[in-house]
Amino acid sequence: MSQSISSQNIKSALAPNPGINRPNTEQTNSLGDFIQETLALTKRLFIQLQRRPSTLIAGIIQPFMWLVLFGALFSKAPSGLFGSDLSYAKFLAPGVIVFTAFSGALNAGLPVMFDREFGFLNRLLVAPLSSRYSIVAASTVYIIALSFIQTAVIIFASAILGAGLPGIAGLSAIALIVFMIVLGVTALSLGLAFALPGHIELIAVIFVTNLPLLFASTALAPLSFMAGWLQVIASLNPLTYAIEPIRYIYGHGDWGISSIVMDTPWIGFSFTSVILVLLVFDALILLAIQPLLRRRFA
Amino acid sequence: MAAAVSIENLQKSYGDVPAVKDISFTVKPGEIFGLLGPNGAGKTTTIRCLCTLAKPDGGKIEVGGINAIASPKAVRQRLGYVSQGVAVDKVLTGRELLKLQAALYHLPKKSIGDRTEQLIEVLGLQDYADKKIGTYSGGILKRLDLAAGLLHQPEVLVLDEPTVGLDIESRMVVWEFLQALREAGTTVLITSHYLEEIDALADRLAIIDKGVVIAEGTPSDLKDKLGGDRVTLRIREFTPYEEADKAKHILESLPFVENVIVNTVQGNSLNLVVKSGQSSLSKIEQSLSEINLPTFSLAQSRPSLDDVYLAATGKTIMDAQIAASSIRDLKKEKKQQMK
Repeated sequence: MSQSISSQNIKSALAPNPGINRPNTEQTNSLGDFIQETLALTKRLFIQLQRRPSTLIAGIIQPFMWLVLFGALFSKAPSGLFGSDLSYAKFLAPGVIVFTAFSGALNAGLPVMFDREFGFLNRLLVAPLSSRYSIVAASTVYIIALSFIQTAVIIFASAILGAGLPGIAGLSAIALIVFMIVLGVTALSLGLAFALPGHIELIAVIFVTNLPLLFASTALAPLSFMAGWLQVIASLNPLTYAIEPIRYIYGHGDWGISSIVMDTPWIGFSFTSVILVLLVFDALILLAIQPLLRRRFA
Repeated sequence: MAAAVSIENLQKSYGDVPAVKDISFTVKPGEIFGLLGPNGAGKTTTIRCLCTLAKPDGGKIEVGGINAIASPKAVRQRLGYVSQGVAVDKVLTGRELLKLQAALYHLPKKSIGDRTEQLIEVLGLQDYADKKIGTYSGGILKRLDLAAGLLHQPEVLVLDEPTVGLDIESRMVVWEFLQALREAGTTVLITSHYLEEIDALADRLAIIDKGVVIAEGTPSDLKDKLGGDRVTLRIREFTPYEEADKAKHILESLPFVENVIVNTVQGNSLNLVVKSGQSSLSKIEQSLSEINLPTFSLAQSRPSLDDVYLAATGKTIMDAQIAASSIRDLKKEKKQQMK
């Protein structure tokens, strides 16, 4: 051991300092503290990503393979099958964008679960955090940033594969929709990370949710291809409400917020009402996870 | 001046299993206080309740006069916690972990760099601070944990079994550091199942067993209260039980001997208590030779903290530890020692 504990300045370094301990911590205006701790926790996640980038790399390769393989699978489909002037590449890109963002968000709880199991979470829970929701906030910021990176890559790759590129307004609308679906699903996954007993259970939930929700949405095929019962399920699936408006944007350069972007067996939804549905979806999930988080954070 | 830590009638169960039945003790400002007991005695549960990681079922916890259940945040600010498990992120460097911790304790942004550097120096981590934590040895990891626990200059540093699994050199480093910490004015609460650790470090201690406090005081008070000297006798290196039992009957008849125990986990050695200040050892040896028993080893000592535990529970901490883990195979041990 080349260095041992030095006795220099040991007293000044180690003496308790009531000065930095604010006596009325319970009442302190804590927005600044909340931002400080959230940024620090987010930074940790990005350092992890930088040193272990395999998740991100796989998260980019996988949707790319979806695009290429599914594109090839249906490349000889009769023209006009997927809507008037919609090639399958154009049809597929929105499905892959939403599904990739959804999968990433669904896995958001896993790092938190491992922190729980390895005891790192205790390090956070014994600290005088202004609010323990900063742990949730940091994960959410991180996952949303990742989803945006993935989405950008998919949009770029789809453009090369012949799907075209939406305009600035279209891209902003896609960003908004991706943000909303990721927010809700991330919150759900983080809620489960605190409610379930361990990572085995969390992985099991992810496993039975992920692909079924993909196939019960309009990601790979339009509603009109489906059996009646599946049409009903797909019309209730939040993923469909994210996919259809993006698909409309890809197919219609002249889209507007009142365009009817989605048809269900019952009614059509305008762009505005689809956004409202996603808002309600987010609100319901955020409400639903409150008791789970409060039980752990009380 | 309020007690640094005050715990009154603490109770905590996990399901049907009571981990802490009734624990009370007081830690004075500026002292090193030890919680001594075998694994499963309730030490870690007590610490988890104190550090606001677990909610007690009953009782009162105060840190510097502040109620831990009513004002957990103020208590977290006053405590530094060095846990037993390895709770680090292997991918981060030591410096990155310290900076994260500093932000979680809301150190002013300007001072985080300086304060981190200061603790890296004090704990001798200069060579390691910019390497990934996954590469650290146990001793370095513990130093990093100490640095993290002290970043915000807490009034009380709480350490749960800080030297379990450490090599002797690293253990001495931790001991010296804790003594320096007390010199600087920080109160230290330490749990351990190592007698010698608590004996060497603690100004005062509480011994806990099965979720209750069985003794509290300074190490010398507790030992003096017992009175008498402890004698350990081995007739042979590995004594047959029949011989040990025979010797036990002879020794019990001696007037200055009390409380003879055959220690079956220590090769059937005999533990006994003798009145202090007599030439007991030669008399014991003499009475054994009268019945043709040899003496392999014979040692007299002042009572230890283990004897305090033994007197209260009827077993040594080592035995309790062993009972808690597994039953040792003596024959196998004997064979291995004879190789």
